[in-house]
Parts: sequence; C-alpha cells; structure tokens
Amino acid sequence: MTDQQDTAVSRGTNTADQYLKAIYLIQETENGPASTGALADRLGVSPATANEMIGKLAERGFADHEKYKGVELTDEGIVRARRALATYCIIERFLVDVLDVTEFREEARGLESVIDETVAERLDTIIDREAECPDCFDPVADHCEHLDAPVPADD
Amino acid sequence: MSTGRAVESDERLARVLQVGVVLEELVEARAYEHYRSLAEEGERIDEEIEEMLLEAREESGEHRERLETLIDDLAAESVPFAEIEALVQEKYGRSKPESIDEVLADQHASEETAFNYYDGVIDAIEASETDFGLDRDRLLATLRDIRAEEAEGAEEVKEVIDAR
Repeated sequence: MTDQQDTAVSRGTNTADQYLKAIYLIQETENGPASTGALADRLGVSPATANEMIGKLAERGFADHEKYKGVELTDEGIVRARRALATYCIIERFLVDVLDVTEFREEARGLESVIDETVAERLDTIIDREAECPDCFDPVADHCEHLDAPVPADD
Repeated sequence: MSTGRAVESDERLARVLQVGVVLEELVEARAYEHYRSLAEEGERIDEEIEEMLLEAREESGEHRERLETLIDDLAAESVPFAEIEALVQEKYGRSKPESIDEVLADQHASEETAFNYYDGVIDAIEASETDFGLDRDRLLATLRDIRAEEAEGAEEVKEVIDAR
C-alpha cells in the first residue's frame, strides 16, 4: 500500500472512529446498546447515514447490530473506541491548555476528522493527561472530568 | 456534532493552520532538544545526523513562518514559538529518545505525521465550497509545497535509518 493509500484509509478510519467513540459513550451512559436514533443525534447525522455506518462497523467486526435493540460494540470495537476517545481527549485538552479555546467541545468535534491518532500523539507530548485516560471522560459533560474547562458564554 | 469535513469557515481554517504551526514548532523544538541532549550525554553524533537535525529545525521554522502569513491574512493569531518551545523543554524528559536510533525514529514520525496532517487538511479544503478570506489558490499552493517538503524530509530520515 502506498503512503497516499494509507492516508486515505486513515481518513476513512477517522469517521469510523467517531462512530465507535459515540457508540461507546452512549453504551456507557445508557448501560446497554445504543439506539440508531441516539447515535444519529449524537453525531448530527440522519438515522439512515448512521445505519449505513453501523452496517460497515458490523461487517468489520467492531459492532453487533440487532434490529429494534440497537448497536453494541464487540471487544475489538471497544478497544478501538477507547483509542479514539483518548485521541479526542488529547484534542480537547490541547485546545484548552495550549490554545486557550473556550468553545473547545465544538472545535474538538470539528478537528476530529483532521487530527488522527498519530497527530494526537505528537500533541500529547506537550499536554498533561491523567494515567487513567480515557476512563476519566465524562460522557454527559463531553470532556475529561479533570479538565479545568472554561465555561462557554452560551452555557 | 458533525462527522463532516473540517474546514467550513475562516475560523476553522485558522484553527487548522494553528495546529499546523504547533506541529512545526514541535519538530523545530524537539530537533533542537534531541541535538542538545545527545551532545550533553557525550554521544558521538554523525555529521550527517547533526546536519539533518539542524536542517529539520530550519525547515520547520520556514514552514511555520509561511503558515503564520496565511493566519495573518485571516486576521487570526498564531501560536508563539516561545510558548511551544517552553512546553517542549518542560515535558521533554517524559518522551525523550534514549539513543540516536530513537532520535531518528522520532524525527521520522514527526515528518510523516506532518505530511499526513497537511494531506488531510488539503483534502478538506478542496472538498469545501467556503469562500475563504484569503486566496484559495495561494493557500493550497503553500500547503502543497509544505506537504511535499515533509514527504522529502520523511524520505531523507528513512534513508539515514536504513543506512544504519
């Protein structure tokens, strides 16, 4: 595979990772499978789009999907989701600690598709994360519970 | 939350360019720290590796300045090098390479990461229909130049690694 193909695959992976992370966080909050509707809401996409990606994740062995029940991550899916969540934590912490961004949640979501795990690893060299990351991520507040998060003006 | 393309406004473009500046500043500052720490520990540094680290530092400085010009055109602020340099110095110990081979691997990862980052940013800009507050052709030409130099840089480091 060429470097360019690698990069294209990596970018497709970024989108898949955003889904895996969202499913993982819904599962953690709901203590059970994630419904397509909840997933679509969290990602700001249509249920049809969410369903399509759920199918792809199931094909790749990252998730199990049962109609009317919802989607649940496999063990492999959970590992990938936790890595994606750690990457997201790095982006949020970088925005707050290094760039002093107040609207860090919205901006982190916007940057997820261009900041992959390798870029995040570089940014991680200048921020401070807890050893327990990503377990300290609060899915409701949508940021690490140890992050000294600035309060956005519209909160 | 949206899983869409990243660059849809001047503000988002400025942020994406700021991240590029930080990646360059990391290469610039880490290359210097690598060089300094190897010299302090009395490691014998090949002339070729010494030159490569100094060139990497210089090239990242140039990339940073080119990105800063684009950020200026968007009426946004860049990220001061002194700030990132201080962070790198403060936290270098925990990710410090322990040998010349590790220094080379770190340098290779830096160049390759930067290449991949610009590649994604260029794709996201090309896919965007946003009328940015700066000339799109100049923006893309600058980013493509930098991307090409990162690819060359990664290749050069790889050749040194392979030759060892």
